Amino acid sequence: MGRYVIKRLLMMIPVLICVSFVVYFLMDLAPGDIIASMAPPDATPEQIELMREELGMNGTVFHRYFRYLKGLLRLDLGQSLSQKRPVADIFFERLPRTMELAFGSIFVALLIAIPLGIAAATHHRTWLDGVSMTTSMIGVSMPNFWFGLLLIIAFSLHHKWFPSYGADLGLKSLVLPAITLGTEQAGTLTRITRSSMLEVIRQDYLRTARAKGVSEKMVIRKHALKNALIPILTVLGSTLGNAFGGAVTTEAIFAWPGVGRLTVMAVNSRDPNLACGCIIMFSLLLNVTLLVVDIAYAYVDPRIKAHYAK
Amino acid sequence: MEEKRTYDIAELKKYKKRSMLSEVWRNYKKSPSAMVGLVIVILLIVITVAAQFMYVFNEDIVYNDLKNRLLSPSAEHWFGTDQYGRDVFVRIIYGAKYSLSVGIVSVMIACGLGMCLGLVAGYYGGIVENIILRFCEIFIGIPTILMGVALMSAFGQGLGVLMLAIGLVYTPLFARTTRAAVLPVRDAEYIEAAKIAGCSDLEIMFKHVLPNSLSPIIVQATMGVASGILTASSLSFLGLGVPIPTPEWGAMLSEGRELIRDYSYLTLFPGLAIMTTVLSFNLMGDGLRDALDPKLKQ
Amino acid sequence: MDKDLILDLKNLVVRFETEDGIVHAVNGIDLEIERGHAIGLVGETGAGKTTTALSLLRLVPKPPGVVECSKMELDGKDVLNMSVRELEQTRGKDISMIFQDPMTALNPVFSVGEQIAEAILLHENVSKAESMKRAIGMLELVGIPAERAYDFPHEFSGGMKQRVVIAIALACHPQLLIADEPTTALDVTIQAQVLDLMRRLREQYKTSLIMITHDLGIVAEICDEVAVMYAGKIIERGTLQDVFNRTKHPYTEGLFNSIPNINDRKAMLTPIKGMMPDPTNLPEGCAFEPRCPYAGEDCKRPQAKRDISETHSVLCCAYDRPGFHIDRKERS
Repeated sequence: MGRYVIKRLLMMIPVLICVSFVVYFLMDLAPGDIIASMAPPDATPEQIELMREELGMNGTVFHRYFRYLKGLLRLDLGQSLSQKRPVADIFFERLPRTMELAFGSIFVALLIAIPLGIAAATHHRTWLDGVSMTTSMIGVSMPNFWFGLLLIIAFSLHHKWFPSYGADLGLKSLVLPAITLGTEQAGTLTRITRSSMLEVIRQDYLRTARAKGVSEKMVIRKHALKNALIPILTVLGSTLGNAFGGAVTTEAIFAWPGVGRLTVMAVNSRDPNLACGCIIMFSLLLNVTLLVVDIAYAYVDPRIKAHYAK
Repeated sequence: MEEKRTYDIAELKKYKKRSMLSEVWRNYKKSPSAMVGLVIVILLIVITVAAQFMYVFNEDIVYNDLKNRLLSPSAEHWFGTDQYGRDVFVRIIYGAKYSLSVGIVSVMIACGLGMCLGLVAGYYGGIVENIILRFCEIFIGIPTILMGVALMSAFGQGLGVLMLAIGLVYTPLFARTTRAAVLPVRDAEYIEAAKIAGCSDLEIMFKHVLPNSLSPIIVQATMGVASGILTASSLSFLGLGVPIPTPEWGAMLSEGRELIRDYSYLTLFPGLAIMTTVLSFNLMGDGLRDALDPKLKQ
Repeated sequence: MDKDLILDLKNLVVRFETEDGIVHAVNGIDLEIERGHAIGLVGETGAGKTTTALSLLRLVPKPPGVVECSKMELDGKDVLNMSVRELEQTRGKDISMIFQDPMTALNPVFSVGEQIAEAILLHENVSKAESMKRAIGMLELVGIPAERAYDFPHEFSGGMKQRVVIAIALACHPQLLIADEPTTALDVTIQAQVLDLMRRLREQYKTSLIMITHDLGIVAEICDEVAVMYAGKIIERGTLQDVFNRTKHPYTEGLFNSIPNINDRKAMLTPIKGMMPDPTNLPEGCAFEPRCPYAGEDCKRPQAKRDISETHSVLCCAYDRPGFHIDRKERS
């Protein structure tokens, strides 16, 4: 198991290097010269050139990229040009907010999806099944920024229950953003829960459990759910990935001080180091999540655990 | 004893094709939600085309009419008017073409590129497959919207760039789906037979492998239009997609957002439009999946 | 005549109401089993044996299944009108079942020890640790070493899994055990082991047994009585002697004629021709009539049960015909 994890971690390195390459070059293609715009209006071309050198932004894009990569390999994400601070500091300062949002949304999503999916599966082909499938489809199809705005209209403008922006009120601030992002994820999760429950519900071992005298409630919650959880977990990894992506728009709506908004700001202000750093970190986060999910399987499914142990 | 028969091959071929399609259509029709999706999509296309003849961009879509600004929905202005006095209903109808075309064109780009990559990966296997899969992994490892943001800022705003950006972002997904669909076909005996018969690789890939692994790609393409529209409107909402005055739905939402406190209908209707469109494509994709592979239906 | 009945079943009817029509799976069977006895329920696939067994546990899936019955008493307790709670207490405790396919009967995500212990924990007032200890005891009883208790089902062979399934069924020493083709999915050598194990355990715990099988050899080996089922009805019922040596029903005769005879290997097998009737569309009269070599006009009428002796009964109106007998030699 340990060897497997190390192998997976090592495999992330080339992936992340490629990500940095792609993003760095894309940022270079973007029109506008950040150094020139940072310099005082009366600066001579020589002075601008000097500034460029000081900030490590001189030379061709290849030179700059290799300098950047060298730093990256020493785990140095470089300096933000627009904020004049180390990228890592800025990123990690705001990361907890995005984590709160992402995990909060997954919590909301599970809270909706698991009961709804189970109910749909245990009441297969009834009105309940139809309603939950339609709801989940609407959830998947709804633009989350729009749903967020509707929530703001309803719960912070009409009823003043929750704030409409910022993260200053702790949990109370988190409610609307987490619901916004969570509903988006709940749709897919509900469908997966339902289909994997339907698969499990047909299995003979549930009949064995019933014949033992296990109550119907426990047959579903203990015997069926633990088996159904395996495919749900697979999707949960990509769901968390989607949540990181969805955080970008959600943070924009709620002025949530997380890394999603930071990335958009960095891209818009043509700050290559900051933008690159953020996207690389996002990508790292996503890859680590997928790895964690893979490990989590092993704990649910003994068959996979045995496979890793070999 | 032996009876000589002649067959009109062309006639037979036509019959076979029709029967396969009609089989899918018969299955598709069974699902009411899929039919709802299809009807809405057709309606949307009709409306979009009609709107281009009914309205003129400079006169009906982008203009100032300050006397009539911010009117609530009424019989005259079904969805009300915005801060410049422009009719929201007309703008939404006219703007359907942006969302639809971005969704469809970007899927065509993604599907075209992804299918080629996936075919090559699945058919040749080995190191080629490995390289393509790794390549896909890199892009799947970046959240779609961030990749979109980076691409849009690199190439600048605009409809064409938006299509290209979303197309590129979704390419790896199609490559993976195609490869997965090709894998079981690759080792089928009829592929072996085609090789022995002397077909070239290209011929085998497009004439034998692809048609037999098309179902999941079709489904993904339909659903891809839906998520393409969503991503496009998200980018516009972030101010990176189609620039404002264009009545793109995401951009309209972003404009209306400034007045959310007092004029919430300005955000309500563009969002509803996005949701209805995305929903109908998703319903279609769902129905197609069941229709193309009845075994999977539960 | 007061018999100590462990099961008293009267007029059980089970049908499945599906989109394609109503499937008449069980059509009015009576079944009485004396305490400690073992009865073999014999018949082809689709005769309604498993459905009968599942309705005793009240586990026929509903919908589409509908179970009707005038009397269903287990050890004097009315199973038919039990509350859900009482049913759960009865299942696994008073009556339990061994399922046909050991490959799918065990939950893949729990260790075999846990799965046995669960039954004990549910029905007996013991701690979790105690239930596990007793589960390990059960495992050893069925011949699986104690140290394998924490292994998962996928680590066991088919025969071993069936032993686990048997251990689960016997964990709380039920009064009545239903074994649904417990050896069909196993190799012949393993079959013998499992049968031997079941016989020993039954003697040890004085469990009554319903053995569902299509293998008459197994019946002869394990059971005291036999009930032959065809198209949802018991068409012949009697002691082992009655049914094997004083066969009365043409279908039972057909079953015996389909078995290869090891002493006379040149003898031709006489298969029963035709197929079991479509259970959505059963004839009004005898369901075996279309395949029966003795069929007459009278067979098209509804049949009534006929007692041959104290223990032996048959569902065949041909015995109304004077001097009727089937060709099978009586070998008492």
